[in-house]
Amino acid sequence: MNPTQAPVSLVSLFLVFFRVGLFSFGGGLSGWIYREVVTLRGWMSDEDFFSGLALSQILPGANVTNLSVYIGQRLRGPAGSICALIGLVIGPFFAVIALVTAYAQLAAMPWIQDAMSGAAAAAIGLLLVVAVKGAYSASRRLVPFLILMATFVAVGLLQWPLVPVVLGLAPVSVAFAWWQASSDA
Amino acid sequence: MRENALWSLIVVFVPFSLVSIGGGPSIFAGIQHQSVEVYHWVTAREFVDLFAIARAAPGPGSMLVTLLGWTVAGWTGAIVATLALFIPSSLLCYGVTKMWNHYRGRHWHTALENGLAPIGAGLILAGVFAIFRVAGAGILSWVVAGVAAAILAWHPKLNPLILLVGGAVAFAAWHGMVPSG
Repeated sequence: MNPTQAPVSLVSLFLVFFRVGLFSFGGGLSGWIYREVVTLRGWMSDEDFFSGLALSQILPGANVTNLSVYIGQRLRGPAGSICALIGLVIGPFFAVIALVTAYAQLAAMPWIQDAMSGAAAAAIGLLLVVAVKGAYSASRRLVPFLILMATFVAVGLLQWPLVPVVLGLAPVSVAFAWWQASSDA
Repeated sequence: MRENALWSLIVVFVPFSLVSIGGGPSIFAGIQHQSVEVYHWVTAREFVDLFAIARAAPGPGSMLVTLLGWTVAGWTGAIVATLALFIPSSLLCYGVTKMWNHYRGRHWHTALENGLAPIGAGLILAGVFAIFRVAGAGILSWVVAGVAAAILAWHPKLNPLILLVGGAVAFAAWHGMVPSG
C-alpha cells in the first residue's frame, strides 16, 4: 500500500490516466480515478485520495486535472504530475475535435444522443460507489459523518457556493481530527 | 491577425484558469461572455452547441475551451487554448501539493488530512446530485446509475466500460420503445 515501497512506473501512470481520460463520459472522472488508483492498484489509501480530492476541489482549475497533478506528484514527483496530466487530457483533446467535426452528421441520428445520456448515467453510478465508500469510512465516527452530511446538504441540495462552505467546515473538521488524534495517542 | 487571435485566447483563458475555483462550471458563464459578446469568436447558439459537445465527449467539461480555440484558429488555436486553461492552475496545484506531501506524517498534517477527507467525500456526493440536475435527468438515469453502482459494489474489478455500454443500450432501447420520451 505504501507508494515508497514499490515505485509506480511513469508509463503505467500515463496509461492509467490516458484510459480514464478517454473512457470517462458524463463527468464520472473522479470515480474512475478512484477505481484505478485505489481499488485496483492500491497506489494510495482512502484518506490520501479523499483529502487530495478535497484539496483539488478548493484550488482553482478543473478538479480532475488537479487530482491527477496531486496523484502524480504523490507517486512520482514532477515527472509523475506531467505524465498523469498529459495522459488525462490528450485523449479528450482529440476526441472533442473529432466530435465537433462530425457534429452535423451525428446530430441527425437521435439515438446517438440517447446512447450518450445512457453512458453518462452509468458513469454516475461509478461516482455513487465512491461517494458511498467515502460516507462509509466517514461514518465510523459521528463528527466526520456530520461534516460529510453538512457538505452534501450545503453544496448538493442547497447549492451554496463550494468554496465558502469548504472553508467554513474545514476548521471544525480539522479541529476534531486534531483532538481525536491527540486523545488516541 | 492570426497571431492576434492566439494572443487573445491566452489573454482570456489564463486568468480564467486561476479563478476557476470549484472547477470548470464556475467559469462557464464568464467564458461565454468573453467569447460571444467581447471577442465574437462564436454566436450564442454556436456556444451552446460547443458546450453540449464538450459535455458529450469524454474528459473534463473544460475541454470546451479546446473547441473554442479550434473554432478560432484550428489546431494551433486548440493547443494554445487548452494549454492556457490547464497550465496555470496545474502549476499552482503542483506547488500546493508538493508542500502538502512534504509535511506528510506531521501531527497537523494528519489532522488536516483526516479533517478534509469527509469533506471530499461529501463533495463527491454533491457532485452526483449536481450532474443529475444539469443533465435534467429522468427516472431512467437514476435507475441506470443505481444499477451500475450496485453491480460495481458487488464486483469492484468489473470493467466500467461494460456498464457504460449497458447504460447506452438501455437508453437507446427505452427511447426506441417510447418515441415521445
